[in-house]
This record gives sequence, C-alpha cells and structure tokens, in this order.
Amino acid sequence: MRLLEYQGKELFSKYGIPIPPSELVFDQQGVLEASKKIGFPLVLKSQLTVGGRGKAGAILKCLDESHLLPMFNELLHKEVNGELPQGILVESMLAIVKELYLSLFLNRGKRCYSLICSEEGGVDIESTSNKILVDIQLEGLSEHAVEDLLRNLQIEESRRRLLAEFVLKLVTLVKECEAELAEINPVGILSDGKCLALDSKVIIDDNSIFRHPDMKKYQQVSRLQAQAEESGFSFVELDGDIAIIGNGAGLVMSTLDLVSDKGGKPGVFLDFGGRATTETIYRALEVISKIPRVKTILVNLFGGIVRTDLVAQAIVDAYQDGIIGVPIYARISGAESEKARIMLSGTRAKIYESVEDAISSLMRFSVGVKT
Amino acid sequence: MQPNFDIFDLLVGKQEDQNFLQKPVIIQGITGNFGSSHTRLMKAYGTKIVAGVTPGKGGQDFEGIPVYNSIREVRKDYDVKISGVFVPAAFFLNAAKEAVDNGIKLIIAIPEHVPVRDAIEAVEYAKAKNARIVGPNTPGVIVPEVIKVGIMPHQPFSKGRTAVFSRSGTLMYEVSFHLSRAGVGQRIALGIGGDPINGTNLIEAFELIRNSDDVDSVVVVGEIGGDAEELLAEYILDTGFVKPVVAYIAGRSAPKEKKMGHAGAIIYGNYGSAQSKISKFAEAKVPVAKRPAEIPQLVLSGIARQAR
Repeated sequence: MRLLEYQGKELFSKYGIPIPPSELVFDQQGVLEASKKIGFPLVLKSQLTVGGRGKAGAILKCLDESHLLPMFNELLHKEVNGELPQGILVESMLAIVKELYLSLFLNRGKRCYSLICSEEGGVDIESTSNKILVDIQLEGLSEHAVEDLLRNLQIEESRRRLLAEFVLKLVTLVKECEAELAEINPVGILSDGKCLALDSKVIIDDNSIFRHPDMKKYQQVSRLQAQAEESGFSFVELDGDIAIIGNGAGLVMSTLDLVSDKGGKPGVFLDFGGRATTETIYRALEVISKIPRVKTILVNLFGGIVRTDLVAQAIVDAYQDGIIGVPIYARISGAESEKARIMLSGTRAKIYESVEDAISSLMRFSVGVKT
Repeated sequence: MQPNFDIFDLLVGKQEDQNFLQKPVIIQGITGNFGSSHTRLMKAYGTKIVAGVTPGKGGQDFEGIPVYNSIREVRKDYDVKISGVFVPAAFFLNAAKEAVDNGIKLIIAIPEHVPVRDAIEAVEYAKAKNARIVGPNTPGVIVPEVIKVGIMPHQPFSKGRTAVFSRSGTLMYEVSFHLSRAGVGQRIALGIGGDPINGTNLIEAFELIRNSDDVDSVVVVGEIGGDAEELLAEYILDTGFVKPVVAYIAGRSAPKEKKMGHAGAIIYGNYGSAQSKISKFAEAKVPVAKRPAEIPQLVLSGIARQAR
C-alpha cells in the first residue's frame, strides 16, 4: 500500500521527523482558509499514488493570492497517469538552502533493509553518483553507528549529524509500521540549519496490516476493488476494453502480455486464485459486469484439476441471469471439455484448447466491432 | 549460500537409503481445509506423509495419518526432515521456527500473505541451522513420479532432466505442461514464490541443481518486480553456469506501481520492470521466450547446442 504524501508526512511527524506547515484541502473554501492560516508563498501539491507528479505539472508554486484559485482548480482536474488527485496539499514554501536524499527500503535480493543517502536531493537518485548504499540492521542501531555509515558521504559534518538523526527516526518508522519503503526526497535544509521532510514516499507491507489497525484508515479501495477482494480475487483495473480473468497471477499477467502483443487493450486483470468453482467464476463475471468499458472477456483457465463443465455452468448462469452480455473467449483445458462445449453452444461464449487460439478469435471479433 | 545443501538427497535419497524414493514428510496444518485436501492429493501421488501436526488436535487421525500436537512429538516416532506448511499466514513464523528447532531441513511454505518481516525472520532462523525454506507463497516442489510436496496438480508434469524454477504457480504448471507435451520432462519443478522475500531465491535454486548430473537444462519463469532475475543473470555470467537456461518473464505489459496479484509483482520506476530483466538475460546470453508455448523449442535447441 503506497501512502499519499500527506499520509506519509503524518507518519513522519509521529516519528519526530519535522515537516513544513501544511493542510489537506478539497475545495475552494478549504484552500482559501488554508492559505490564510499558512501564509504565502505556498506550494500546491496533488495527492496521488502514482509517481512523476513534478514532471506532470501536478505541483505548483503559488506566490500570491491572485493565482491561488486558478492553480487549485487546475490541479483538482488534472489527471496524472489516469489518476485524479485525492485532495490537494497546501504547504508553506520555505527558503531551502540545500536538499538531500534519504531512503530506507526492503532489499528483496539481499533479504534485508538498505539505506540510500545522497547529498543531491530532489532529483532522480539513479542518476547521482555522490551517494551511499548500505545494508542496515533495523534492530539495535545506534546514532554513532549510523554516523559511521554516513562517513563515506561527501557532506559537511553538521549535516551528517542531522541526517543520522533522520535515519534513526526512519528506521523506527520502518520497523514499527512494517514499511517496505520510506523515502524522503528531498530533505530540505533551511538557512538556520534545521532539517525538514519536504516530500514523503511510504509503502506499507499490505500483508502486515492485520496487526496494525491504525494503518487501515490509509487503505483506499474502490467499491469494485472491495467486492473483488471480498471474494478473494486479485483485481487491477486497466484502461482497455478486454477483461482478462484466470486462475493465478502469473498466468493472468502472461495472458495480458499475449493480448497486448496482438494489439489488444486489456481493461481488467482478475486472478480468482486456486479454486475454480461455478460460484467463483460467476462472482468474477459479476465484478467485471460493472465495468461498462469492457467489450469482451477472455478467460484463461489452466486446468488439470478443474472441471470445465463447472466453469461452463457459471458462464451459462451469468448469461441467463443477464449479468453479462458481452462475448466470452475461454481457454479451458481439462476434464469434461466436450460437455462444456455443448453447454455453451447456445451462448455467446466460445471454448478453445489454447489461449493463443482464444486470443486470435477475440481479436478478430474486436476488429470486426470497430470497423 | 548453503553449499552443502542437497535437495535431491532430502526429497529422493540415495539408492542405499532404506527409504530411497520414500522420504517421509509431515504436514503442518493438516486439519485445515486446504491442508487436508492437498494432503489427500499428495498421498495419492505417492508422497509418504507420515504425520500431521496441528496444536490441540494431537491423537486424532486424518485418513490413516496420525495427527500430533507438535513436531517434537512426531520426532519421537519418525525421523523426518521435510515439512509442508499449510498454516494460516499469521502463524507461519511460529510454524517455521518449530520446524527448524525440531530438525526439519526442508520447509515448503505454502501460505500466501505472510508479512515481509516474518518471512525475513523465518529465513534467517532457518539459515542459522542449515535448514531451507521454499516459499512462502509457493505452490511447492515436485520431483515427477517420486514426490510432490505442495498444491500443484500433477498432470502437467512428467519425469525428465529439466529443472523448472518459477515465481508463479500456475505459470509453473503451464510451462511444465508445454514442456511435457514436447517430450521435455522435468527432474524437479520448484515454486520460488510470489512474495518479495523468498526462502530460496533464483540463485539459490540454481545452486541446488548446479552440480546435479540428473539435470541437463533449466527453465526460469520470472515476472515483474524486484531484481531476482537481474541478479540471476549476473550469477550465470559471473560463475560460468554451463547448463542451458531458458527464461520467460510475465508482465511485460503490466502498468507501473500496480500490484499484479502477487505481493512481489510490482514495478517502481525501472526497478522490477520486465525490460530490465530481459536485457540482463540478453547480456548473459539466456534466451527469453516471448510466449510460454515457445519455451520447449528453446530448451531443446539449448540442449542440442550443448551436445555439439
């Protein structure tokens, strides 16, 4: 779960990492009040879960009141990678003399946590050379040890100490909140030497949330997402018109690739997990039926232990109950496939032995619809 | 790295062993829905399941398999080194520690949704006692026609000399199905797991078969997220891995910053992108199949080249 900037900053604050004065607003009234409270100059920042905000123009500097509402309205309606903001953070624009970079992340390859520090903040960290990357223990880390770790960084002594303090606080946050990433980019240094977190990027391990009830408030799921998750499905909405469902995340991803290679545009990724019963398939179709964009459905079911007539029953039921009206192209291999074929003969569904055959037919149909 | 860890010795054994091809296995969480239905399937396949463990249910019996309260009690009656863990994610860490403490050397960790912190702790705990975890969130391990510990259907697999290592369950079945149909049987198929932390990562899986005369080729089924494939490509290059390797990467068309079903299948920036993995494999001269159906041909030509 990736937190929004303001949520990450709430956590920073809780763990003693200073942040600039700011307020989250949703309407004109709110932004006016916030501006009075905080004072100009201000920065207006779209609250998005996707990266690349700055480049997309979703962060605006506002020097006086005359620009406030136009800028606010611009941001409120600006989509970044298909995502609209979930509020605008109004933040005091401080006089920063220096920006640093700091992040603590789960190093999957090494199965530990690693720290990246750089004297060049606010930029793409991959492009900087003056940085250190070290593995660290989350337990029993002293300030002295952190300062030692930072010794290889070309940086003023006083700043090194400030940075060490921030690192320790981030370590506590990562440990206690079970974060996979906590990044401050940039850490801003004011002329009086004080340090603040000017941005936040925090990712919490979804699988740990059951023991952190306080994190639940940050979970944002759409109604459809919630419905899908309740049924035990993994569900991702994409922007195309072909819904792709199957049993297994890897298999569905692979199907997405095959469809894209043929020029198709996936609109839904839905993995209904290990058990393909009449009921699960029916529920998956039910979720998909609520997305009007979807014009065709591709089912990729790896059989072996799946009875294809049970899958066919779900499809027959879904058509009969009027849940779905669009054609279904299904790759179903497994027991009773002849029976399944007969069951589906009067419907808009077709069964194929290989997924590539199913995709070819589906693409022929979609091209026919468009021309 | 655990250089002396011999997974075939554990799963198959040596000819002179009394229990050659019949290595005993326990199932932690045998009385759960999932544990019991798959115990039945594993047993039907020929896996010798000697006992189940569910705290508080000791003394019961699951279709002829005795249930114990703890592994310590099992060990009084059986010398067993393999456990299939089917407990809920929240209990995984304790179950893994109990297994390690009681002499289990190979822990096949089925549960999905294990927190990262628990997975790291379990893996470190196992390592310290020279035990090995496969998973979590793995479909398990199968040595076709000998043993399966996990939840995979057996139909796609056939006996042979290829090793299949996969981050995805169903893709492991799909790819093995294509291989089997093309006459390329498997010596072992092992699910790395779909989580960010893997008890046995791709490099460690390669170490398991590196010196095995029974394995003549390797198929790696990777996916977006993390850098396991990149590190593997470096390992293949740096250590001069000689067996032919074929790779497949799922998720080329996946959007960034969206979790694609598996906890570990997510791209941040360029970190974890399919492109990064594919280009690293190219550097290591590992052919990357574009479709699962292409894999058998690439394996066969790799083996043919090797023979020349």
